[in-house]
Amino acid sequence: MLVKRIIPCLDIKDGKVVKGTNFVNLRDAGDPVVLARKYAQDRADELVFLDIQATLDNRKTLVDLVERVARELDIPFTVGGGIKSVAIANEILRAGADKISVNSAAFIRPQLIQELSAKFGSQCVVVAIDAKEIDGQWIVHTSGGKVAQDKLLVDWAKQAETLGAGEILFTAMNADGTKNGFAMDALSELSEALKVPIIASGGAGTSDHFVDLFKNSGADAALAASVFHFKQIAIPTLKKELAKKQIPVRL
Amino acid sequence: MQSKNKIVVIDYGMGNLRSVKNRFKHMDVDATISSDLSEIAKADKLILPGVGHFEAGMKQLKDRGLLELLEEKVIQGNTPILGICLGMQLFTNFSEEGNVEGLGWIDAQTKKFDASIIQSLHKVPHMGWNSINVTNETVLTENLDTNDLFYFVHSYHVVCETDQNVLTKTTYGYEFVSAIFKDNIYGVQFHPEKSHDIGKQMIGNFVKAA
Repeated sequence: MLVKRIIPCLDIKDGKVVKGTNFVNLRDAGDPVVLARKYAQDRADELVFLDIQATLDNRKTLVDLVERVARELDIPFTVGGGIKSVAIANEILRAGADKISVNSAAFIRPQLIQELSAKFGSQCVVVAIDAKEIDGQWIVHTSGGKVAQDKLLVDWAKQAETLGAGEILFTAMNADGTKNGFAMDALSELSEALKVPIIASGGAGTSDHFVDLFKNSGADAALAASVFHFKQIAIPTLKKELAKKQIPVRL
Repeated sequence: MQSKNKIVVIDYGMGNLRSVKNRFKHMDVDATISSDLSEIAKADKLILPGVGHFEAGMKQLKDRGLLELLEEKVIQGNTPILGICLGMQLFTNFSEEGNVEGLGWIDAQTKKFDASIIQSLHKVPHMGWNSINVTNETVLTENLDTNDLFYFVHSYHVVCETDQNVLTKTTYGYEFVSAIFKDNIYGVQFHPEKSHDIGKQMIGNFVKAA
């Protein structure tokens, strides 16, 4: 049986993990390779690396990082941030990433999704969407959530799927950081509208939130950062809780 | 052990092979990635990985002069070979992906997931961690348990003519063949190089294979 995936997300700046982490006994807690290995040991099912300061100057640093991570990591990993072209995606994938994630660049030029899936296959292409609930409508935001777009979450997600997205990573901006639970209504709506897997992000605070997500929303995976980094939830404990509630996971 | 265990990962232009090599490197096993025919000819064991289109894969093998060499090494020379994902599918007689003939080493066909059977609950590609059910005992599946989880990414799967060649099965909407074998030939649909400790176990088993 295909299991539900738990995916920690590491924000990267200048080749280092930012948004501090709380792993004790690690000599270099900011080293993405050390953290990646630690998460793999904890039986994370995948990892996502997000370059939050993706500029031309930083790309070489990112490619180096991807190479170092690929050398050490024996679980799949996704890299996002600043991927605007097939050429950049190719660099990242050649360095050893399994998938690439695109967000604003794909919204600005949807054709990018088509180009990437034609070249690498849709299983390689994750389309990340940030959306915020405003007056009962989930509105797509780009540029790290700063710019509101005149488009609804479900409409853009469906368009991305048609263009060749292999997965949709939806971050609920309202829920992000609140630790009040996932955006269940939006996730259920997405799940009904889409055929591709959905990765839910934003709002995770307790194990029960993950139980609720997998029981009631149709999401295939959950992505979180701080609850894992700060050890509010340990992945092995979380997975045991999920298994207890009859949710299939990799223990 | 190393001297008699020269492993070559065959580079035929289908996808990134580095992750396979990285895993061997981690296990202190000497493996090289090569497209060089003389290098491949000297191998004690072969790995045929690959991600991508079946027809393109066959064309690459042909254009690079690998068809004859592989036939000689694997069929006449009994060199152990492990096919991963597309690599495994290429061992079959025929694929619906491009409607072309494969290597024909295993009496099987490669077919697309039947969307009418797997229904809307199951998405194609089949992507993520899924369990295997070991149906035949071989060195490759030593110390593996049914329900061990491996990482899968694929839209096509193998259908064997006979159960004798079926090594493991996996359920995704319906039960399909997730690993095959025949004499010195092994093929897995999943990615042991991406399947954490259990994948490492399986790669170690292949290294031990006679």
